[in-house]
Amino acid sequence: MSLTDLLRGPDFQYNFAFLDEGAKREVRRALLKAVALPGHQVPFASPELPIARGWGTGGLQVTMSLIGPDDVLKIIDQGCDGSVNAVNLRKLLVATTGVHTTFDSREATLLQSRHRLPEIPMTEGQIAVLQVPLPEPLRLVEPSEVETRRMHAEGDYARMWVSLYEDVVQNGSVSLSWGYPCRVNDSYIMSPSPLPRWDLHMLHDAEHLTLLGAGREKRVYAVPPHTSVRPLEFEDIPFTVEDFSGMACARCGSTDTFLDEIYDEKTGQASRVCSDSGYCDLVRQGMIRTRQADRA
Amino acid sequence: MGYVAVQGGITAIENSQKLNRYLRLRGASAPLSVTQIMEQMGPLVDRVMSEGGLYSPFHAALALKQASGDPLEASFLVRAFRSTLRRMTESLPVRTDRMRILRRISSAFKTIPGGQVLGSTSDYEQRILDFSLAEETKETQAETVQEFEESASSPTLDSASTYSADSAPLAPEDFGKVVDILRAQGLVAPPPTTELRPAMDITQESVEFPLGRSGRLQMLARAETGGVLALAYSSMRGYGSVHPTVAELRVGRVRVQIPHPFRTGETVTLGSIVVTEVEIVASVQRPEGEEKPTFSLGYGACFGHNEVKAISIGVLDRAMKSPSPHAPAEDQEFVLLHTDGIESSGFCSHFKLPHYVTFQADLNRLRDIRRNDE
Repeated sequence: MSLTDLLRGPDFQYNFAFLDEGAKREVRRALLKAVALPGHQVPFASPELPIARGWGTGGLQVTMSLIGPDDVLKIIDQGCDGSVNAVNLRKLLVATTGVHTTFDSREATLLQSRHRLPEIPMTEGQIAVLQVPLPEPLRLVEPSEVETRRMHAEGDYARMWVSLYEDVVQNGSVSLSWGYPCRVNDSYIMSPSPLPRWDLHMLHDAEHLTLLGAGREKRVYAVPPHTSVRPLEFEDIPFTVEDFSGMACARCGSTDTFLDEIYDEKTGQASRVCSDSGYCDLVRQGMIRTRQADRA
Repeated sequence: MGYVAVQGGITAIENSQKLNRYLRLRGASAPLSVTQIMEQMGPLVDRVMSEGGLYSPFHAALALKQASGDPLEASFLVRAFRSTLRRMTESLPVRTDRMRILRRISSAFKTIPGGQVLGSTSDYEQRILDFSLAEETKETQAETVQEFEESASSPTLDSASTYSADSAPLAPEDFGKVVDILRAQGLVAPPPTTELRPAMDITQESVEFPLGRSGRLQMLARAETGGVLALAYSSMRGYGSVHPTVAELRVGRVRVQIPHPFRTGETVTLGSIVVTEVEIVASVQRPEGEEKPTFSLGYGACFGHNEVKAISIGVLDRAMKSPSPHAPAEDQEFVLLHTDGIESSGFCSHFKLPHYVTFQADLNRLRDIRRNDE
């Protein structure tokens, strides 16, 4: 039995984009508030979906509440269109909306992602929806939600800075890799979902709107276009991104993308490929020129 | 179009789902009917209704069939289905004191006004495997049913004859609840009046701490049975101080009513649901502003017949009211944010998803730090 059959019972018809219109409106209200207060975590009801908590229900609810019949949708997981969870979420959204989907991030009006932004910076009119497991950057230093809400409200970020300092003392640099805390609009500290450091510059002064949804923790937050997003850093210890110097994608040859390490199933030989599969395919097909080719 | 390995992933998912269906059905036995699950697996159906947050034996049983009996998965299916239903109205507070009693016991007093009704319980059964059940047939089934019904119509088993019917005996109104006896003597604090405001709805808004009592009890009512049991047990056993006495435990049918849509002051009965309700009295406390100490009180209620869950809720309700919380079960955030089965099982299983990018970022960091050490 297909998903479409399941969604159309003999005497029951699911709504467009699964959620009922009242629930969607509630999410959109929270999103409006989130856009008005960049980086601030706005509580919302977060009803259960047929997808498990922790598997992208926050992002999915944001997408469901925004999507219309004319949208063009791209869903990626770890940068990849074909990753199991992306396939699953796309199937649900297509079955309940019938929208067109794409693998080319430039064509998408709505892009839902887990752990990555596409290599090609998004543009005006596009919306990035990020799935967030742990929205609270201060959870690192404070387990209590009451306390972290207070800290945000009062801009009391001293413990965060101290923890970064201690990290530097112990490790020589800040050991946080993904979800690196950022200051948004010179105000709230925000967890940029588990994006790698590599992607953070694409949130800063972006042309597109980024919406972040945490389903299990029942929070949404946003980075509107042209808003500053600055990773926390010390004057004398600057923020750095992942270093892939001297490496290239084994598929498309790119030397300026986020690379995943892969190991050959038979030989165990390590090689590297672009994490952004859509970008990688476009380069291979000659549809776009790589950035290093542009510079050459 | 992604990588070759990824293309295989799409087919693999489809095949995996086919395998699931195949494994459920490959045996030669007849397909399990939803009615069979509803009728013969009552406690399981009740558990799924309670954790799924939807009172519908049919949908719970259907979910159990689809999930091959896995209660977490079945509750998850029900919870997801629930999200698609329109919230039409708010019911009036349910009168549990006007419950049609299927079972009513007190461990505080040997006899209670209105009497104890043992009803259906396995509490006093020897837990010995009954091998005759393996040989159960239509004939033995009919025999057992007939035998019971005949004996139940005798005067000595009067109340049992109406068991499970909507016409089960109504709780004796004159006697009220056991807690009221204690309350009349001033041994239990009067019900708080500050909480008599419209209940919040955890399905409509995100909870914020400190959470009011209506929100707390709602979250516990949907919580996973094993989860609330574990935390309540910690409080009973030593990490906390709630040693409960069950003042009263009731299982029975209560009516769900709404205000009449047109006629002011009148009500409409939508139907009835089975609930389990527990009131426990616990350690002596000296409430602020009161001269004399009283027993503290814990309240628990959930859909269906699930006594372990209702008692656990009662214990946790009491524990979370501790004036100076120190044990885990006394911490609202700890209890409420970690006992929802759908949330916790979902997050637990998400670790099976690929984490290539985040792990790559971790690797990168570790290598960087190791270089710093050199």
